[in-house]
Amino acid sequence: MELFELVTAQTIPEAVKAQAKSSTAQNGAEVRFIAGGTNLIDYMKLNVERPNRLVDINGLPLDQIEKTADGGLKIGALARNADVAQDATVKEQYAVLSQALLAGASPQLRNMATTGGNLLQKTRCVYYRDTATGCNKREPGSGCSAIGGYNRMLAILGTSEHCIATNPSDQNVALMALDAVVHIEGVKGQRAVPVAEFYVVPGATPQRETVLEPGDLVTHITLPKMPAGAKSVYLKLRDRASYEFALASAAIVIKQDASGKIEFIRVAMGGVGTKPWRSLEAEKALLGRAASSATFRTAAEAALHGAKPQSQNGFKVELAKRCLTHAMGQASQSA
Amino acid sequence: MDQVTESKVIGVATPRIDGPLKVSGSAMYASDHHFPGLLYAWPVCATISNGTIAHLDTAGAEKMPGVVAVYHRENIGKLYRVPPSTGFTLILDEKRPPLEDDTIRYYGQYVAVAVAQTVEQARAAAESVKVTYNKEKPDTGEKLLGTPLTTDKPDEKSKRGDTAAALQAAKVKVDAVYRIPVETHNPIELHASVAVFDGKKYTLYETSQAVVNHRDVMAQMLGVPTEQVQVITRFLGSGFGGKLWPWPHGLLAAACARNLGRPVKLVVSRQMMFESVGHRPAIDQRIQLAADADGKLTAVQQDYVNHTSMLDDYNEGCGEITPFLYSTPNLLVTGGLVRRNVGNPTAMRGPGAVPGLFALESAMDELAIALKMDPVQLRLKNEPALDESLNIPFSSRHMKECLTVGSEKFGWAKRTPEIGSMKRDGLTLGWGMAACSWLAARIETEATVELLQDGSARVACGTQDIGGGTYTVMAQVVSHETGIPVNRVDVVLGDSSLPPGPISGGSWVTASMTPAVLAASQNAGKALVLAAIKSDGSPFKGKKPEDLELVDGTVRLKGQQQGAVPMAEILRIAKVNSVSGTGKSDSTFGAAKPKVSFHSYGAQFAEVTWQPEIARLRVSRVVTVIDAGRILNPRPARNQIEGAVVMGVGMALFEETMYDPRSGAPINNNLADYVVAVNADTPEIDVTFLDYPDYQLNALGARGVGEIGLAGIASAITNAVYHATGVRVRDLPVRIEDLLVPANRTTHLA
Ligand SMILES: Cc1cc2nc3c(=O)[nH]c(=O)nc-3n(C[C@H](O)[C@H](O)[C@H](O)COP(=O)(O)OP(=O)(O)OC[C@H]3O[C@@H](n4cnc5c(N)ncnc54)[C@H](O)[C@@H]3O)c2cc1C
Ligand code: SF4
Repeated sequence: MELFELVTAQTIPEAVKAQAKSSTAQNGAEVRFIAGGTNLIDYMKLNVERPNRLVDINGLPLDQIEKTADGGLKIGALARNADVAQDATVKEQYAVLSQALLAGASPQLRNMATTGGNLLQKTRCVYYRDTATGCNKREPGSGCSAIGGYNRMLAILGTSEHCIATNPSDQNVALMALDAVVHIEGVKGQRAVPVAEFYVVPGATPQRETVLEPGDLVTHITLPKMPAGAKSVYLKLRDRASYEFALASAAIVIKQDASGKIEFIRVAMGGVGTKPWRSLEAEKALLGRAASSATFRTAAEAALHGAKPQSQNGFKVELAKRCLTHAMGQASQSA
Repeated sequence: MDQVTESKVIGVATPRIDGPLKVSGSAMYASDHHFPGLLYAWPVCATISNGTIAHLDTAGAEKMPGVVAVYHRENIGKLYRVPPSTGFTLILDEKRPPLEDDTIRYYGQYVAVAVAQTVEQARAAAESVKVTYNKEKPDTGEKLLGTPLTTDKPDEKSKRGDTAAALQAAKVKVDAVYRIPVETHNPIELHASVAVFDGKKYTLYETSQAVVNHRDVMAQMLGVPTEQVQVITRFLGSGFGGKLWPWPHGLLAAACARNLGRPVKLVVSRQMMFESVGHRPAIDQRIQLAADADGKLTAVQQDYVNHTSMLDDYNEGCGEITPFLYSTPNLLVTGGLVRRNVGNPTAMRGPGAVPGLFALESAMDELAIALKMDPVQLRLKNEPALDESLNIPFSSRHMKECLTVGSEKFGWAKRTPEIGSMKRDGLTLGWGMAACSWLAARIETEATVELLQDGSARVACGTQDIGGGTYTVMAQVVSHETGIPVNRVDVVLGDSSLPPGPISGGSWVTASMTPAVLAASQNAGKALVLAAIKSDGSPFKGKKPEDLELVDGTVRLKGQQQGAVPMAEILRIAKVNSVSGTGKSDSTFGAAKPKVSFHSYGAQFAEVTWQPEIARLRVSRVVTVIDAGRILNPRPARNQIEGAVVMGVGMALFEETMYDPRSGAPINNNLADYVVAVNADTPEIDVTFLDYPDYQLNALGARGVGEIGLAGIASAITNAVYHATGVRVRDLPVRIEDLLVPANRTTHLA
């Protein structure tokens, strides 16, 4: 760990101003916000994150979960994962988010981890965490050790020849399926970015993961009102029963009409994409069709159509398909 | 010594006497020790696994805040080698003293060590040492069988009959290769050393499963007489074999303390735990079985190869159980080693037997299927009448009862053999089983017992309690012999200055300690009787020793309850604070011509649930029946088996240390990426002890239970996996990718 200075932000503009001194908001930032610290501190101990200044944002009034005027929900960036998961509205109307959060980490971690921190958690690629190895995300131009190395956990969608790391979050997959909007306050004021546009694929610049610029503070996210009668499910597949990141996961929001025809559908995947992955292809294959396991399987095939397996993770193609098919089935049957 | 058939304390479920210390956080583990002026050491670890150090630059690190010294090959000072060990002395796996030369043979090998005022400063300094290397291509190759051995040909480990001919003539045969990946010991307590040097004597607070051996090795390597080294391990946060022998970090800590004249603490990080403190080696095993049509084995052949490090030979001994487990006229076991750029392997819980039985018991399952025979019946059919490898009787073997009781408890009779044929709540069930065994032995042990005027007793032995319950069992044995209640027995262990006790390995502490502690208790009792008949004012003054007896903590005339005097009262009358006795136990281990075959036995039954639609496999139920002699304390004994079952779930389904073939680094070197079983993976666990005393081993008939619970579990699970899915996994762990067979696979006969 490097020596760093810790400052406490009293107001949002103060926090924004402090981070704006950093040359980037992406990998390699010299100034970092610290929320729960469950991701950042780990990487600082490993010398992967080497900020010389930490801005503690825990004192900012950003931990509320409130209904919005248009029937949606506003979740503060500092709302803890445990609180969001147990929130009555979330459980009732956005079950997929509650399930996703509860499928992640451990109770102790969820008590600390925040909505904003989860949104911005780093990949778990083993080479990213190991400074003795080359990694384009950590050190641009140093090569990608995962290609041809240990890549069983890594992505099959959205990869590039420069990086194949997954976004490991469960929360973010649910947010994709819920059309969440990320609200940001930056040096130029406030803006709102749909979560689908918040993340960027690695391409030739894997060090860049989101649209955030120096100074940008995530203040909250909003979830739009769900179509009446929509059901949602999160399904996570992994080696052990708990406390492990997803090999493949699925977040499904579905609404069927009285005849069983699919009227509304959102399909997102975790553990397989370089960003939380929404599959418009799968949605297209489902919308307007009658729900059936054959339709679900066809949609799942469509979702994995462009998958590019690496040396060790080819099984994820079939695993993700089964995950999607099963989750769609569960969602369509959930009362 | 007389067989003990009845006791008020032996066999009684007794809570751990060290429990309150542990739950209150006051038990002192090695790294809890702190001393004025203590410094912290942090090693610099090689980031290549094959090559040499080209340049090592410590200048920057030395100038960092708080840094006291940075040691490397040129300034660490003298460290010596140990002579080859004979018997249970001077054992260590990595024999090269740390920093001895500039050659790097495994990833994470220590190349320097930084010492500073705080642990953070030491770590920062270590990370600032600049090392450049001449890097060569490492060999961490996973394929072992068929690659060059360290010897011209494999060693013959056990042989009888003509195996080649019998295999050729066989009606029914199994021939398959089974693989075990590198598994890393992950006790929660990290390895640690706190070294104190007073200018002459070293006091070393260590994470050691063998304090006496540790002292001897350290004295030799530091070049001082053994009297000048004391090793202390009061409590151990487990070790699983990884803490049996000294590792380089302990020597670094001692050398730093010596060089600086100040106490030094070195705690190995979790990452280093994957590099430089041992692991279960990767192992390939080819098993060939032959049987006649009704299931009688006609030949068994096991050829195993395990990897070892570049400098030292670690032999996993996978043929440990094979020669005597089943009856067969023809048998051959061979073993070989291959060198890889890895840290030295070491014993991990059930070394040899655990991987060996994974292969053998998987092959037995395959044989049962080939024979269309029930796997339990196949094992019953091949039960031997004696240990056929040595032609000697078993001391006490109840394998058949383990199998039948286990079958009954598990409900095995309801099993239908067709793959995927059993269902419950929409889940496919798989049922599998395996037999298991582990050696039983005594090794040389000394103990002292003191009876004190305050009515308590103190027992001392230079062994360790690695969490298995040794403190409590020692107290029980003293209590049994003296009648002093368990909670008034003070147990002192984990100190090399005590009478030499057994290493905490081989599951033999209980069996070894028992005769020594019984004898010491009796001798203390004799001393007390002498005090009773000699002291003025004693009601027994002038009696003969044979007139008196010790019962329930009192001295009395033989057979007369009336007039009994508490032991403590006798000591007061005698005006002595205490009387003491010593006791010894001899060794059965490694006997040249054993007369009986000492082993423990067991049967393990596993149920898995399988959901092909999401490729989800879980272990739902495990039944274990163990024949391990008399169980002295059922609580920690059950605990050992339960823990082993959970560890076995990890072994079967999750655990694997992966080496990056390019760098040779164990790349999943943390508890997030090295997957062990968590609570949610823990099945329903049923444990039964048959509890037949093995009086040929000691007067209480106790063997040991530390390792056997892991010996059959992995194959019981993979056999169950086959029953559920039709996929035979011979290469551990079972991975989701192994099972991603088409969901609509047609059921066929097993
Ligand atoms: C052992 C372990 C297991 C885990 N398992 C899972 C799992 O199964 N599934 C899963 O999804 N996650 C898992 N996690 C990750 C966990 O969810 C994240 O660590 C957590 O969500 C991060 O939140 P935090 O508040 O602690 O973030 P911090 O560590 O405080 O911050 C993380 C990053 O976000 C930035 N940041 C934080 N808040 C803001 C903000 N408001 N605006 C802009 N930037 C901000 C920080 O600067 C930092 O770069 C696991 C973590 C651990 C340690
Ligand atoms: S996959 Fe990405 S994060 Fe992993 S080593 Fe390659 S560049 Fe780094």
